[in-house]
Amino acid sequence: MARIVVVTSGKGGVGKTTTSAAIATGLAQRGHRTAVIDFDVGLRNLDLIMGCERRVVYDFVNVINGDANLKQALIRDKRVENLYILPASQTRDKEALTEDGVERVLGEMAEEFDYIICDSPAGIERGALMAAYHADEAVVVTNPEVSSVRDSDRILGILASKTRKVEQGGDPMPGRLLLTRYSPERVERGEMLSIEDVGDILAIDLLGVIPESQAVLNASNAGQPVILDAESDAGQAYDDAVGRFLGEDRPLRFVDVPKRGFFGRLFGG
Amino acid sequence: MGIFDYFRQPRQKSANVAKERLQIIVARERAARSGPDYLPAMQQELLQVIRKYVEVDDDAVQMNVDREGDCEVLELNITLPDHEDGTG
Ligand SMILES: Nc1ncnc2c1ncn2[C@@H]1O[C@H](COP(=O)(O)OP(=O)(O)O)[C@@H](O)[C@H]1O
Ligand SMILES: [Mg+2]
Repeated sequence: MARIVVVTSGKGGVGKTTTSAAIATGLAQRGHRTAVIDFDVGLRNLDLIMGCERRVVYDFVNVINGDANLKQALIRDKRVENLYILPASQTRDKEALTEDGVERVLGEMAEEFDYIICDSPAGIERGALMAAYHADEAVVVTNPEVSSVRDSDRILGILASKTRKVEQGGDPMPGRLLLTRYSPERVERGEMLSIEDVGDILAIDLLGVIPESQAVLNASNAGQPVILDAESDAGQAYDDAVGRFLGEDRPLRFVDVPKRGFFGRLFGG
Repeated sequence: MGIFDYFRQPRQKSANVAKERLQIIVARERAARSGPDYLPAMQQELLQVIRKYVEVDDDAVQMNVDREGDCEVLELNITLPDHEDGTG
């Protein structure tokens, strides 16, 4: 049986798709059979970030409607073994993801995979609820910025009440914080909420901190999950997060301002 | 003042302001979530009743449900405007 993981945030544009692609790729790199599903009906971005946009034939809604079976719709990654992508539909019909349909497809996938990563759309409406409903655990992607933190807290409220587990009387799923687009320099200058600040407010376990990084844009330009850029800060930070996700003990990196000499401090800006 | 203080940029602590604002709004929203479903409607009606007598802001009525053992306590806070000269 697969573990179902939702990557969610409330706010848009904080790094959910970047994170879904990176975590799914990282899990597959370690040999876990992994699928990543784009729940963002109407927008469809995960295929671009994964670099498989030209290989999309069928999508999630096709499978739900029975127009295609899972085998036909799942796209096998060409770089990493054990990694599959289920793209979002571009239909404008927001009702296309039916509760029964999602449940059936996830159930079928759970037989085949170790991990199913659900890339949630923004918002706290239907699509986001649908992505969260069946999850066993959540990665809450948050930027160190007021509206993102507030929306993350709202999503945590939803995760605590509106999931299948909770409705069936089980415990709320564990949600872990992934703080992304973090800039140690700005934190040091007092211009950005720190890891501790966000931790104090949201009061959930920390899965990782991903620095603000040029490598993320480079990766999306190339259609390569940033975790494959093993030299980059963001790639390494995501790799650490995947390690922690699997229970490894990894110290935080890229969270402090690099020490500079006297002249560096004078002229470094 | 040492040479390092001289070159240090003036400290803008906008992050502190952000944190304080977040703590307040998040606490308020959590309280609203954890309370009974009728709370928001009741809050609106109370606001209307109060406005028959005093002009108050939209956020003048704050409600909070606390659990103490088996007991639930509904705490109601009504903030009146600053200048109350008694003429209504
Ligand atoms: N760590 C990061 N550093 C720099 N840019 C980032 C980082 N994470 C995400 N981004 C950028 O932020 C934008 C939104 O990311 P995306 O993953 O699509 O967010 P979401 O899925 O939450 O809407 C993209 O342009 C992406 O390149
Ligand atoms: Mg996205």
